[in-house]
Parts: sequence; structure tokens; C-alpha cells
Amino acid sequence: MKYTMKAGLTALAAGLLALSSAQAMVDGDTIVLGSAISLTGKYSSNGVDTQNGYDFAVKTINDAGGVTVDGKQYKLAVKYYDDESTPARTAQLLERVINQDGVKYILGPYSSATTIAAAPVTEKYQVPMIEAEGASRALFNKGYKYIFAVLSTSEQYLASAIGLAAEIAEKNGKNPSDLKVAMVFENDAFSLDVRAGVVEDMEKYGMKAVIDDKMPADLSDISATLTKVKALKPDVLVISGHNKGAVTAARQIAELQVDVPIIAMTHCEGAKIVEQFGKDAEGYLCPTQWAETLSYTDDTFGSAADFDKNFKAAYPDYQTVPYQTAQAAAAVLVWKDAFERANSFDTDKVRDAIAATDMMTFYGGIKFSEAGNNVAKPMVLRQVQDGQYNVVAPSKWASHPVEWPRSTD
Amino acid sequence: MLDNLNLLSLAPILNVQLLLDGMFVGAIFVLAAYGLALVWGVMNVKNLAQGEYVIMGGYFAWHLSTYGLHPILSIPIIAAVMFGMGWIVYLTIIKWVIGRDLFTSLLATFGIALVVQQALNLAYGPDVRTAESGFEIRSLFGGLVTVADIKLISFGLCILLAACVVLFMKRSRMGQAIRATAQDARAARVMGIDTERVYAFTYALNAAICGAAGVLVSMIWVIQPFYGVPHSIRAFVIVTAAGLGNLPGVIMAGFGLGVAEQYSGFVLGAEFQQATAVGLLVVILVWRQIQMSRYRQVVE
Repeated sequence: MKYTMKAGLTALAAGLLALSSAQAMVDGDTIVLGSAISLTGKYSSNGVDTQNGYDFAVKTINDAGGVTVDGKQYKLAVKYYDDESTPARTAQLLERVINQDGVKYILGPYSSATTIAAAPVTEKYQVPMIEAEGASRALFNKGYKYIFAVLSTSEQYLASAIGLAAEIAEKNGKNPSDLKVAMVFENDAFSLDVRAGVVEDMEKYGMKAVIDDKMPADLSDISATLTKVKALKPDVLVISGHNKGAVTAARQIAELQVDVPIIAMTHCEGAKIVEQFGKDAEGYLCPTQWAETLSYTDDTFGSAADFDKNFKAAYPDYQTVPYQTAQAAAAVLVWKDAFERANSFDTDKVRDAIAATDMMTFYGGIKFSEAGNNVAKPMVLRQVQDGQYNVVAPSKWASHPVEWPRSTD
Repeated sequence: MLDNLNLLSLAPILNVQLLLDGMFVGAIFVLAAYGLALVWGVMNVKNLAQGEYVIMGGYFAWHLSTYGLHPILSIPIIAAVMFGMGWIVYLTIIKWVIGRDLFTSLLATFGIALVVQQALNLAYGPDVRTAESGFEIRSLFGGLVTVADIKLISFGLCILLAACVVLFMKRSRMGQAIRATAQDARAARVMGIDTERVYAFTYALNAAICGAAGVLVSMIWVIQPFYGVPHSIRAFVIVTAAGLGNLPGVIMAGFGLGVAEQYSGFVLGAEFQQATAVGLLVVILVWRQIQMSRYRQVVE
């Protein structure tokens, strides 16, 4: 009795295993993409934005006829797991997606930290991953062959503010090398990447750093640093420290009445600085991967403005569409394009097709370097003007002139 | 570093800004630290959830402010709610770990901290929030020094709250009972003091104090479900430096820590702001160890 039960259980387990691997990468007329994403924990709000972007893109592509491979129409579907905002869990879940579920096409997680944990796994199994939310340079200097990122990397985030400052200085008959820059960056991988990009561009123009402070992750008080800023009167102040850095800076810059002609910071939208600080947020320069006012278009989503409109219609809770959502959707679009060009489900062929991607999307141009980062799309800089985010740089895409010097009146 | 010191000597007025900011934030550290000193001293429970209670109070204030209630006015409500919550936590968890060894109480309160973090994350999401006081910002010395009214007010409130707690401990029956229990719980029980009730009250009072501190934090800094830890660390640093049952010491250590953080942030950079706090603690402990060893030699 005992023996037969054991045999039965074994058979059952084997059956379940067979069932799960039958689901594999292509299940009937459905192509299954896999993703471990932060639906709970500290990244959950951005994680959900990303998931909504994936889901919206899948639905839009399916409604438009899906993906055509070898003359046959396929639908897309995504198998999600919640990585609880923990990188170790991301890696674990991806092993599971690839080994147990048999999924061979991966959509990236949310955040650089989790993507850094995911990359070695996809590399090990030689499974391509198109990611939209990991911008750290650590992803693109390891020689990975199977990771492709649609977004601009983190060094590009605030470098454009330095370029803009130089442009303004030249226009006013000043030498960019006379400019003084104050830098406040969180002491973490992402923010230090942003800093590296800023430093690189400062060196290009010969600008001088008068402050170079690094905030620890759990510090929510930079008033001492800002007191220094007040005393040293730099021409540019650049700040990056995730949402907390932006909120802390916005609050304390107002409180200490720090008056710097150009203040640029990351995470303005995520930190909701306009909603939380109103007039005090005026004039801040905020980099963004994407804005709905940009004139990019493609055949699936239409223009950036169309994407914005249709996404809001599908998800009425959103008043503005975060760029995280837009780039997530763009990643799915790259999958569709790659499958169709590869005209096959063979992972190596699909991988090579992804590497050869050169397309225009509503999110911007997408063309991957050898390292896998997108080199066809610039970061844009928006300024808070009358409570609106207006694109002011680079000049090719600018919809409004930059207000300089910054004033809150 | 030398440049920054030079800057301080060139513009001495900056010292005023640093001292003021240090005192203002120090006052808030004092509140949470005093609550910790109470619980630690009376019940010998090292409450690792201290910072989480602060953040919880901050979130409640933020939540009420979305209904149009000014955070300052919400302090009594939040203190009352946190008091009730503290009492419940005592009855369900803390009660069972008093008198056990150190690790049991550390683990239990660490567990509470995790649960509070996740509960706040579920309830309010992981966004970084601040509650707006809407008060003016004064600028002195031609704008070189600025003082936000909210910082002044919260400084005043901290002093007031601390004074109330001290008076309560000195004058009221419950305060006396708490002090008696802290001195010798067994003797207090023999004298007819309901030590169970004293413990529950102490823990609840601590939660209420933290909640009130949290309201001020939400208006001066930022709150996020996972930002409790630095508040816990500061409270531990202050209490360890000041010693238990030493209220003037806690106040001095709190102000000292606030000012030290500001100065190290200015001179050494923001990356050393908190490192300095912990570094100072080490110095104090070493110094005290040396003192103690001298004392022991004298006794011998």
C-alpha cells in the first residue's frame, strides 16, 4: 500500500513536471514571456507601474493582431512572479521561470539592484532578457551578451544639466570653465553612476566642483550641506538620491532659502515634488527617460501622446504616465519586433535579432550597443514651470525655453 | 575639509545656522530617546521598534492632514491612538518577553518593527511623504540664517512634552509607581503596586511619545515606511551615551548629537553625518570604561 502510494506520488510529480514544461516558451498560439517583478516591498509602486506597462503593451499588441512568426499569428502573455523588492529573490525566481516553467524570453525586473541580480541568471542559461528599468552602468561593463536595455543608462541622467549650464554660460558671454558646481549624491550604485556622468561632463567643460557630498542611504537631512551651498554660491546644484533625496532637497532648499540659478535633481516625478511643494518646486530641472510631449511615433502605439492618452484610458487611476511605464511597454515592443525579424523561436536566433534591433518607437529610437544599452535615445531635461513639466533640453526636443536663473516667484 | 573649516571662520554666522538646526533636530531625537530610556530602564526591554513608532505617528499625522486637520492639532489624537496601540502590543507581545534574556526581547521588538514597516507599506505605499505645516520661514542676518517657524514650534513642543512627562513622573501616582518599579520590581509588588499595569502603561506611554515625535518628523523631514531605523539608532546612541534614568543626560546627549551631526555634515560632508554620531558613542564608551576602571582601582 505504502509502496503504491509512493509510486503514485512520483507519477503525479512527473506528470506535473511534464505539464509545466509543456507550457514552455510557446504554448499553442501564445508566446510566454517571464518576469520577476517588485509587486510588494519598497519598489512596489514603481514595480506596479512597470507591470502595467508590460500588460498594456501585451494587450495593445494582441489587439492589433499579435506577433507574426513564420506566417502564423501568436499572442503574447507574461508570467509574473513577485520578487518582493529583494535582488536575491529576483535571481531565485528567474531560475524557476527558466528551469521549471521553461520560459526562455525574459522581461526585466524593476530597479537596477534587481536587474543586476537577474543578469547573471539569464547569462548562465543563455536566455535573452529585454529590460526597461535597470540603468546602472554595472549592467553594461561586464560583457553580458543576453541583456538588452531600452532605457538610457544612469550616467546620462544629469549630464545634460551640465551641458545646459555650459550653453547658458556661453550665451551670456561667460566661459563654462568658470562655473562652480555643487554635487549632492546618495552613496549608492545608481546615484554614483549619475555622479560619474556629471563629473565626466564637468571635466569636458573644465568646471570646478565646490561641493561633492555623498548622502548615506538612510539620511533624511541635508541641511548642513545646503548651508555650505548657500555660503559658496555655486552656479549649478545637482542632486540625486532617489525619491527621498528629491523630497528632502525640495523641502530643505525652500526652508534654507538656497538660491542657485540652476538646480537639477532626479526623481522629481516619483517624489511628487510639484504636488507636495507647489510653488517651492518651481524651476527645478528634472531628467526623464521619456515625456508624452516628445514627437516620437511607431505603428503599434502611435505617437508618445497617443500612448499617454490610451494608457490613461485603460488605467484611469493615472493622472500622468510615468516613464517607467512607457519604457516597460517599449521593451515588449522590442520582443515583438525581434520575434518577427528572427522568424523563429530559437533563443539564439531571437537573441541575435534583438541585438540587431534598430527601430523607432513612441518611446524613442532603440538600437543596442555591443554592451546591450540603448544608444539611440537621449535623456531629456524638463523644468517645472507653473506646476507643469516642460521639456527644455536638449534643444532639438525642447517645447519651452529654459527659465534661467531659477526663481520661485 | 580644511576649506570648509576656513569657510566657517570667514563667515562665523554659519555657525548660528548649524547650531540652530542641530538644536531643533536634537529636540526631536530627545523625545524618542526618552521613551526608549523609560522602557529600557523600567522593563529592561530594548525596544528596536522605536523608530517604527515614530514613522507610524508621522503617517497618522500625514493621513489626518489629508482630511484637512493640521498636523500640530493632531498630536493629542495621535498620542492617544499610539498609547492604545502600545498597550495592545504590550498585552499581546511584550508581556511575554519581560524577564527573559536579552535576545528574546530584541527579537520580539525587531519582529514588531518588521510588521509595522510592512503594515505601513501596505497601508500607505512606499512613497516618500511629508506633511506640510504651511508656516512661514524667517530669514535673519540678510538671509544668511533661516529659521522655519515649524522647527521653532516643534522645538517648543518637544520641551513642553518633555516637561509634562517629567512632571508626570515626579508628581502623579502612576509616575511614582513607574519609578518604584524601575528601582525594584519585586519590592514594588510587595508594596502593592500592580507592576503589570505599570509595565503596560510605560510601554504605551513610550509609543505615545514616539507618535508625537513622529508628527514633528513628518513636518520637518520626510517619512517612508522603512525610514524608522535611523531614528531607532539615534535613540539607542543617545540613551547609551547618557545612561538610563538620566533625563538631563538624555537631553544633553540629544542636543549634542543634533549639533554634532550638523557640524560633521558641514565640515566632513554628508557621508560622515551619521558616522560621527556612532563614532562619538564609541569615544564616550571608551572614556567611560577608562573612568570605571579607575573607579574600580580606587575601590580595591
